[in-house]
Amino acid sequence: MTKEYKTIREIAGPLIFVEKTEPVGYNELVHITLPDGSSKRGQVLDTSEDIVVIQVFEGAGGLNKESSVRFTGETIKLPVSIDLLGRILSGSGEPLDGGPRIVPEDRLEITGAAINPYARLPPKEFIQTGISTIDGMNTLVRGQKLPIFSGSGLPHNEIALQIARQARVRGSDEQFAVVFAAMGITNEEAQYFMRDFERTGALERAVVFLNLADDPAVERLITPRLALTAAEYLAYEHDMHVLVILTDITNYCEALRQMGAAREEVPGRRGYPGYMYTDLASLYERAGVVKGRKGSVTQFSILSMPGDDITHPIPDLSGYITEGQIVISRELHRKGIYPPVNVLPSLSRLMNSGIGATRTREDHKSVSDQLYAAYAEGKDLRGLVAIVGKDALSDRDKKFLEFADMFEDRFVRQGVDENRDIETTLDLGWELLSSLPEAQLTRIDNKYIQKYHPAHKGKQEGK
Amino acid sequence: MNAKGKIYRISGPVVIISGLNTRMYDVVKVGNEGLMGEVIGIEGDKSTVQVYEETSGIKPGEPVENTGMPLSVELGPGLLESIYDGIQRPLPVLKGTMGDFIKRGVSANGLSREKEWDFVPTVKKGDKVNAGNIIGTVQETQNIQQRIMVPPNVSGTVAEIKAGKFKVDDVVCTLSDGKELTMMQKWPVRKPRPVSKKLMPNKPLITGQRILDGLFPVAKGGTAAIPGPFGSGKTVTQQQLAKWSDTEIVVYIGCGERGNEMADVLNEFPELEDPKTGRPLMERTVLIANTSNMPVAAREASVYTGITIAEYYRDMGYDVSLMADSTSRWAEAMREISSRLEEMPGEEGYPAYLAARLSEFYERAGKVNALSGREGSITVIGAVSPPGGDFSEPVTQNTLRIVKVFWALDAKLAQRRHFPAINWLNSYSLYTKALGDWYSENVSVEWSKLRDDAMELLQKEAELQEIVQLVGSDALPEDQQLTLEIARMIREYFLQQNAYHDVDTYCPMDKQYKLLKAITIWGNKAQSALESGAAVEDIMKLKSKDALAKVKFEKDFDSALGVVTKSMEEEFGNLRGK
Ligand SMILES: Nc1ncnc2c1ncn2[C@@H]1O[C@H](COP(=O)(O)OP(=O)(O)OP(=O)(O)O)[C@@H](O)[C@H]1O
Ligand SMILES: [Mg+2]
Repeated sequence: MTKEYKTIREIAGPLIFVEKTEPVGYNELVHITLPDGSSKRGQVLDTSEDIVVIQVFEGAGGLNKESSVRFTGETIKLPVSIDLLGRILSGSGEPLDGGPRIVPEDRLEITGAAINPYARLPPKEFIQTGISTIDGMNTLVRGQKLPIFSGSGLPHNEIALQIARQARVRGSDEQFAVVFAAMGITNEEAQYFMRDFERTGALERAVVFLNLADDPAVERLITPRLALTAAEYLAYEHDMHVLVILTDITNYCEALRQMGAAREEVPGRRGYPGYMYTDLASLYERAGVVKGRKGSVTQFSILSMPGDDITHPIPDLSGYITEGQIVISRELHRKGIYPPVNVLPSLSRLMNSGIGATRTREDHKSVSDQLYAAYAEGKDLRGLVAIVGKDALSDRDKKFLEFADMFEDRFVRQGVDENRDIETTLDLGWELLSSLPEAQLTRIDNKYIQKYHPAHKGKQEGK
Repeated sequence: MNAKGKIYRISGPVVIISGLNTRMYDVVKVGNEGLMGEVIGIEGDKSTVQVYEETSGIKPGEPVENTGMPLSVELGPGLLESIYDGIQRPLPVLKGTMGDFIKRGVSANGLSREKEWDFVPTVKKGDKVNAGNIIGTVQETQNIQQRIMVPPNVSGTVAEIKAGKFKVDDVVCTLSDGKELTMMQKWPVRKPRPVSKKLMPNKPLITGQRILDGLFPVAKGGTAAIPGPFGSGKTVTQQQLAKWSDTEIVVYIGCGERGNEMADVLNEFPELEDPKTGRPLMERTVLIANTSNMPVAAREASVYTGITIAEYYRDMGYDVSLMADSTSRWAEAMREISSRLEEMPGEEGYPAYLAARLSEFYERAGKVNALSGREGSITVIGAVSPPGGDFSEPVTQNTLRIVKVFWALDAKLAQRRHFPAINWLNSYSLYTKALGDWYSENVSVEWSKLRDDAMELLQKEAELQEIVQLVGSDALPEDQQLTLEIARMIREYFLQQNAYHDVDTYCPMDKQYKLLKAITIWGNKAQSALESGAAVEDIMKLKSKDALAKVKFEKDFDSALGVVTKSMEEEFGNLRGK
């Protein structure tokens, strides 16, 4: 039996300070028993011979100096087994679905160890999501971390679900296992996800962790770690390809900020802790493919940008860690376009290794580059037209202006259940590009123009 | 006080110990598992230690031992082709002992103690040798000969010298005072290795990247910074430099960045060929990977580990280039440790010594006369990741005060996929003048003028664009419309360079010159055609212009350019004939 202490000296926000203990380990898990018999859990943040600082996950409500503290002698662990699949758990890993407790095959440290970079296999397996703006221009690959940067009221949940439903590696029917972690989202939003998982049968190959808006904020600091631990377990011990959806990263960061303030740390930019980059990296970097192991962890998280500002520390630090971002645009959403992906600030850094002759199609990169360049130019011209009027444009410029409209209307826009394969996406790209003078297609090698441009394609086949 | 103390307090990577006699920067072994740490502060009988490994579960009262040595790296044969973490533990060795994930409490030598190297002496018994003198050589990789040197603080007369196969810690030379030399030496990372003299850099680092070599060159032995928001091209540019720069040795530090990026380098470098020697790039490369999720204290150390290795090869007389991606993550590691120490924060929470640390680091670059008597250089190129892409923040500003070349990445260019997204109006190189002679002698006497004219045209374009924003381009006079078009050709045909294109990823200097010259000639012909009455629409429709756009992608560039040049002459001839 480990000792119980009733030596709480101070309680400050979610932190308690305990004195006169035996040596206590850094990051150790702590059980706290309140005078009314209820209990809470916490974690050691700072430990010395004189005082131990504990952060309490369920918040400090009801705590007083009469509460007793028991140190467990170990860091926080998640009991794992294949039976996790199909289960709905709380943000701290307790069953919420009335089902039995998980009979563990193993208990894993939730902080997770860093993958040795030498053990990583560079991700390159193309994932077809069926969404043109992603597959065609911001290709996702297995083992990538590619978040959605969105804003309040935008349809990021629909997009995430569409991807979870449609995502397949080409030439395989194999579906992804989904690990879903809600952090501080509303009950209604959570229900929206759950209903879709149930409707499509996805729940059977899903593990769900729910920390909702009215659950304690401090708990949010462990929810994603539980989820990623479950994901790594399924991927590396059970050879599954796992898609992890964490939502909403912004709520996680707010909890981090709150903890920093409670500890009276020197705040970094806009009040967020100076170590937020490192902390976020400890989540995002838990994606990848490991040499010699069959499974993989792909992250497709949701982050709402406060004030739609991409330079806000949360999207900014995330963008510096993730392998690109899919940016949702309020402007396109207002125009009634779904999915309102603004391709210009969007990026997939691993695209180049996931596309090309052997993976998608040889012209993929050229088509994508040309679509980017042409759309960017067309969008610039919209600004100009607002000032000088359309008549002041040259014929060439008018073509680009029209291209931008068509691009949004036909390439970006698609149905919530419309699943386009990559050929359809690329052919659609060619069709739109063919509205421009051929000499303007400077990003495309001549050989591809001869082979895929609608003006030549027919002729060649006719021969 | 004694040689054994105990842990008093633990807060993340910072551990306070008591009862141990320490000096600043001593390496200590912390706790029952003997985690490696470094003393970074001393007060009374307590010392503050930054620990290079994860500290979860460690308890107050556990023992601490002082090694009495400062944080050092092992220098000797076997550095090339290695991949290390921030404190020079070889990642393949760690994988062997810990598995796929990085656990803790494992120490590993930087250099293999088993491997034997063929040592060929270059001195003989009775020779007098001084610090830094070369006493023998080892063929480290097919093209790189490692020159074994007398360590910087040693000199004497050779009493015995061996030849043949030895391990790095075998004695290969004994001096008359009994001092024994091995092929390996250790050097404390925070202390620059001495040189006999610093020289002025006067040769460019040729990178095969047109906007760098052409517009904003860095000298061998110079310093450059490449700041930019996320996704603007810092890493791709750094990797391009690591691949194609004409230095003999490359040290690449992945400091607090992505694991997949390092995996990518590891995958690619053994396959790619050095354009100069035809050998795999890996054979001239040392990689240091301390990714964002690896311990933050080891991230802080990683840049020092890297630059010390670079200095070692410089001392042998090699040209070394060092890429640090990203120096901002290094600065943040300093900030994280500093705030745990509850030091007085400076600007944006960075410690007050940020500027000093940055300049000490970049000062270790340079072209030098080494103690060996040979000339060597280290070119340092640091990526900077400013929060929100705002260059006014402390790391960018303090860096720009030191470095001589500024490659300003621009999110707008990156968004429209203009790569490299280096802004040609904001970037600068302070070496352009000093390198002028080299370009005249080795590229062409015309080069400086071609470059200056191109820059002037781009400047003019920016001015004209402001007018276009108000009135539209059709309202401009014809000659200005043409100027805009020629500037666009320079941007798209010359400056844009796709790192992922088989051919265009690397552009030799001669090709850069011919390409820029061809565009300039086209521009001049177009201007004179306009003056002699040709219509601007007709000029813009010329096929030779479209052909110029694509010559850079051709495998056989010279003959493709020949064809374009010919059609250019014909087309302009016909225009005049009209
Ligand atoms: N020269 C280039 N040629 C082609 N593509 C490029 C080039 N430079 C950058 N890119 C594109 O831009 C993307 C982002 O570049 P990179 O990863 O170098 O950004 P970064 O500045 O290092 O970002 P971060 O700070 O987040 O690490 C690349 O994945 C690639 O698609
Ligand atoms: Mg980068």
